[in-house]
Amino acid sequence: MRARRRRAQRPAWEEPPTVPGRLAKGVLLTAVVLAVLIPMWSVIVTSFSSQKAIADAGGMVFLPRDFDISAYVLIFTRGEVSRAVWNSMFITVVGTVLSLVCTVLAAYGLSRPGSLWHRPLLMFFVITFLVGPGLVPTYVVVTSLGLKDSHWALILPTAVNAFNLMVVRQFFMGIPAELVDSARIDGAGEWTILTRIVLPLSKAVVAVVGLFYAVGYWNIYFNAVLYLNDAEDRVVQQVLQAYIIAGQSPAGIGSPPALGFNAPPSLAVKMAVVVVVLIPVVAVYPFIQRHFTKGVITGALKG
Amino acid sequence: MSTVAGSSAARPLPAPETGAPPTRRQASFAARWRRDWPLLLMALPAALLLLVFHYVPTLGVVVAFKDYDQWSGDTAVEAIINSRWIGFTNFAELFADSQFWDALRNTLLITTFQLVFFFPLPIALAILLNSVVSTRLRGFIQTVVYLPHFFSWVLVVTFFLQMLGGSGLLAQVLRDNGLEPWNIMTNPDTFILLVSSESLWKDVGWGTIIFLAALTAIDQSLYEAAASDGASRWRRLWHVTLPGLRPVVVLLLILQLGNALSVGFEQFILQRDAVGRQAAEVLDTYVYYLGLLTQDYGVGAAAGLFKAVIGLILILVANRVARRFGEEGVFVRS
Repeated sequence: MRARRRRAQRPAWEEPPTVPGRLAKGVLLTAVVLAVLIPMWSVIVTSFSSQKAIADAGGMVFLPRDFDISAYVLIFTRGEVSRAVWNSMFITVVGTVLSLVCTVLAAYGLSRPGSLWHRPLLMFFVITFLVGPGLVPTYVVVTSLGLKDSHWALILPTAVNAFNLMVVRQFFMGIPAELVDSARIDGAGEWTILTRIVLPLSKAVVAVVGLFYAVGYWNIYFNAVLYLNDAEDRVVQQVLQAYIIAGQSPAGIGSPPALGFNAPPSLAVKMAVVVVVLIPVVAVYPFIQRHFTKGVITGALKG
Repeated sequence: MSTVAGSSAARPLPAPETGAPPTRRQASFAARWRRDWPLLLMALPAALLLLVFHYVPTLGVVVAFKDYDQWSGDTAVEAIINSRWIGFTNFAELFADSQFWDALRNTLLITTFQLVFFFPLPIALAILLNSVVSTRLRGFIQTVVYLPHFFSWVLVVTFFLQMLGGSGLLAQVLRDNGLEPWNIMTNPDTFILLVSSESLWKDVGWGTIIFLAALTAIDQSLYEAAASDGASRWRRLWHVTLPGLRPVVVLLLILQLGNALSVGFEQFILQRDAVGRQAAEVLDTYVYYLGLLTQDYGVGAAAGLFKAVIGLILILVANRVARRFGEEGVFVRS
């Protein structure tokens, strides 16, 4: 697509855009982009502002004045935030690796129509799309496996997502059969074919699905409220909720009983926590974003 | 897809390792096992995870038909098996609960509102984006508008609080200009607007991906033909673009309908205290409070099952209707 339209040009039959039309389009699109960027901007600026700048602005700071990193120093020396960051990083890294391994292996195992038990196995995976267990039975199963108060309770139940699996499978099935066949003639087993031929061709889709999994793990909030009681185990989203949202409502649900701050955190500290939660997503995302269309559409449209 | 070995021209199966020529219509089980066991082994870990964390809990909905007594067994699973069958008593109790009907009403209101007012917006944005000629600019806008999809609900609610809340940026600007600040975050009457704007902010950009792909798939010569027949810009939009998008629109509508009763958990649980139960209780949060916090497992599971069954019925009916109207529906054969 990029190559086809490198030089901005319209087809000959299309009439040139009118001035009001262009203006309206520009205003609309600018508004959409600003709606996303303004909150992020003002949160970041406020987190780097001094108490005085915040007081002068009467709250959120929009125009940066004096630069101050004391909020960050404070949250990382306070312990509960850095502990939560470690917990979330553990869940994200371990969970993503586990999810990707299981998903890629299963997607490859299911990618050959006509293999033994192919159809019933495929049904087994696809049915989980349509029929999902309710909250209560899931909770009962997870707790009776002894996973309560363990980070594995946040990883294992959501480790395999059938939709992601089908996206990867669809992509694998698009790889020319001749490549696979020639490898087999050369004596390669399934494992070699997967790691040496299929995976190198599928970097884009694996990256996209990996991002989906990773973001999912980083964003876990509700399951953490459900399964983790110990303040030591809290994840970043819980800290964010406790610092900001619970403070706004009389008795926040899942508002942790003891996060152990003496004074209510100042606005700069609150915003610094927001930034800590925000940054990993924003940092990884641009590298993978360009694969979205390729990765998502191959699976979604046909699946 | 047939399982006939060696007869599919598009994708020939490898010959069984026994070296037998693929003359038989189907290789023997032993031969297929020898050939395919690595594939089965590869699918095993994922299958096991789904079995334990998806299928077992799905069977666990029998709690909805039992008088669950957690002390009747050493483990929860044992307790479920030992508990007494009580038929539809849990459902009777559920349907007698006025809070359940409140939750159902709120859920349906929110779903309908979002379907009518916000379903068209990703389509509009996709068409708008598609008309941006510069790829650079379009790429930049896409990068920005997809981003909020990857934020957690905690983060989205935080952003709304800091922008539109009582001490947020908007309130500051209004106060500075001598206007009355206005707090949408704690107002139960406008809660539906708030949650819809949050969903919109989070996912409108993401929603455009599939429409953008569908737009590029529309045959450009149709536009050219329409233009040479004298169709204006708007008529081309009406007669070429929108019909071209129709299959995707129908598909997404069906899928949305299947989710009609699950408007989401976290968004509502996070804001329930700020606006009050009356406005913010939806089926998902109802199940949580009833089933887990008050430990009424049986009735909670009944509510969950009710939700799942209605969702499944809706999706099947919608699919049937869509087929009747000549659309492909969800279950495309690949």
